[in-house]
Amino acid sequence: MSIQYNKHTFKDNVEENLNNSFMRGAVVSAQDRLRTGRINAAEELGDWEEWRAHGEEIRQHVLNNLDYYLHELAENVEKAGGHVFFAKTAKDATDYIQEVATKKNAKKIVKSKSMVTEEISLNEALEEAGCTVVETDLGEYILQIDNHDKPSHIVAPALHKNAQQVKDVFVDKLDYNPQKSAEAGELARHVRTTLRNEFLTADIGITGCNFAVAESGSICLVTNEGNAGMVTTIPKTQITVMGMERLVPTFEELEVLVNMLTRSAVGQKLPSYVNVMTGPRKPGETDGPEEFHLVIVDNGRSNILGTDFQSILQCIRCGACVNVCPVYRHIGGHSYNSIYSGPIGAVLTPLLAGYEDYKELPYASSLCGACSEACPVKIPLHELLLKHRERIVEQEGKAPISEAMLMKAFSLGGSSSSIYATGAKIASRVVAPLSKNGKISKGPGPLKAWTEVRDFPAPKKERFRDWFKEHEKGSDK
Amino acid sequence: MKVSLFATCIVDMFQTDVGKATVELLERLGCEVVFPKGQVCCGQPAYNSGYVKDAKEPMKKMIEAFEDAEVIVAPSGSCAFMFREYPTVFKDDPVYFEKAKKVASKTYELTDFIVNVLNVEDVGAKLEGKATYHPSCHMTRLLGVSESPKKLLSNVKGLEMVDLPNSYNCCGFGGTFSVKMGNISEQMVDEKVDSTLQTGADYLIGADGGCLMNIGGRMQRRGENVKVLHIAEVLNHH
Repeated sequence: MSIQYNKHTFKDNVEENLNNSFMRGAVVSAQDRLRTGRINAAEELGDWEEWRAHGEEIRQHVLNNLDYYLHELAENVEKAGGHVFFAKTAKDATDYIQEVATKKNAKKIVKSKSMVTEEISLNEALEEAGCTVVETDLGEYILQIDNHDKPSHIVAPALHKNAQQVKDVFVDKLDYNPQKSAEAGELARHVRTTLRNEFLTADIGITGCNFAVAESGSICLVTNEGNAGMVTTIPKTQITVMGMERLVPTFEELEVLVNMLTRSAVGQKLPSYVNVMTGPRKPGETDGPEEFHLVIVDNGRSNILGTDFQSILQCIRCGACVNVCPVYRHIGGHSYNSIYSGPIGAVLTPLLAGYEDYKELPYASSLCGACSEACPVKIPLHELLLKHRERIVEQEGKAPISEAMLMKAFSLGGSSSSIYATGAKIASRVVAPLSKNGKISKGPGPLKAWTEVRDFPAPKKERFRDWFKEHEKGSDK
Repeated sequence: MKVSLFATCIVDMFQTDVGKATVELLERLGCEVVFPKGQVCCGQPAYNSGYVKDAKEPMKKMIEAFEDAEVIVAPSGSCAFMFREYPTVFKDDPVYFEKAKKVASKTYELTDFIVNVLNVEDVGAKLEGKATYHPSCHMTRLLGVSESPKKLLSNVKGLEMVDLPNSYNCCGFGGTFSVKMGNISEQMVDEKVDSTLQTGADYLIGADGGCLMNIGGRMQRRGENVKVLHIAEVLNHH
């Protein structure tokens, strides 16, 4: 899978998903649960705003000194016996990993969740090299066996399915006994048994990277299922793929960010597992890979550095913005047609994959600011959406001409109070005949879309400013 | 205190009653209200759609109309926030940046002004019935005004306030969003209408003309009986 799912337009995707009541029910209830969980977990920490400011400071410091910390990280990974590869493009990354797989004569690969490997279409590349790839995170696994369904949330990829739907997939694909329950624990137990053998027989383990620690050359994985621990300890070769911005200077900052990540994502104080690994197995150690590769992926990220959009790279992939977005709530993750959905996706996807396919995403927001408020590292998401719009209109010239004309007229009208006043008067006269009982139920032009679902108030006969003139006279001011 | 009223274009053209209520309310509270004649629209529709250059023309006009005001009051959280944002918009324009800062620093949303500048929490209003309050997004999240309207409403005699479920969710207005993404906006406003109906309230009160036009327009289309009111109309009811 690449960053993009399909070639449908945003409009078509939205239409389809608005009609998917199963998905919408699942998303709404998950959103309500996750939002409440996040707020409770944040409150427990005390001064959440101070934590956010600290989180933001750490992320900005890293981005402003990214070259320094990447160099330090690479040096320390190599010192610990690992190999480091800097991949400029998705293809550079997949070529390198294919090569490792071929050298190791690998047949089976187990993976632990990673968005960046989705972004670079790693599974396809490995299958091309003759390998079987098994996703081992429950959510990713469900999607994989369900005919490669697409992730719809950056933390909970199968959020669009409810337990009954998951059970149906298991019955269909995993010989799950249809008499058994659709209870989450029961379903998870079944997968656990199925996956156990995959871990034991895999040649390579591939993981993502929540954070890399520059001072020690370690990588940190945050999970609830323990599968990352299996992926990193059983196979002889481990490959970790990370987005180039996902690092922290020292363990001190790691502690802060892990705390914020899990609280923001799912409302947990701590996840079940925080694995920190440094290089391959050392003499005398009982587990861990014999060979360790760290692939650091750029794939468009360095083009964002130093621009108005740099703060988007502060993202720690917690999904808090997705969990509060009222637009995502109704259209679900698949509508964004990108592995990065919700507000973070609406900002990040056009930056990584261009406006050509994604020029609608920055408009898929009412600019309500819920995302900016929820972000634990204070990315001003709604402002970045605005910046996208400005760029689309003023630099890319991709705005509809009719709209551009309307805005020009607006600008002209607003440039002089007399033109504005006359314009407003004319506008009310034009729409006056359309109104009935003080409302317009069917309007032309820009009113059309509005009146398809809502009544529009008829302009008042007496404008406020005219009333005020009279009022002033009356009160003799 | 001499208050320069920033009426907003929605009030000027469509919600005359809200404008009247605002003026009468402020006068009742002892303010002298003036209406700077040069005012147009704050530029937000164009600005939020990405037409930043086009938005700057009306914005400059507004700055000129209001720069000498003692204090500026708007019956809209969203439009007041736009004024507060002017310095950011004009950060690269030395002349208008200074003027914009002046305008921004003396702009208040109506309820914020009453509670935090006039220090009044009971305006002596009366209204019989059950009401729920929709906290509009720009006003609460961006302008940071969330307590003032609640304080004022809690002191309206005869009015029983009930919580609106999922009140923090946007009503789906979002300026041009409501027409550009019409079908998504419809789902959002429907959820807002449904939440309002769940409360059994007679009134839905808000402090932003845009949201009220959206929620009210949808209520009307669906034939619901809830009355949608601007907070100025409630506070001026006595």
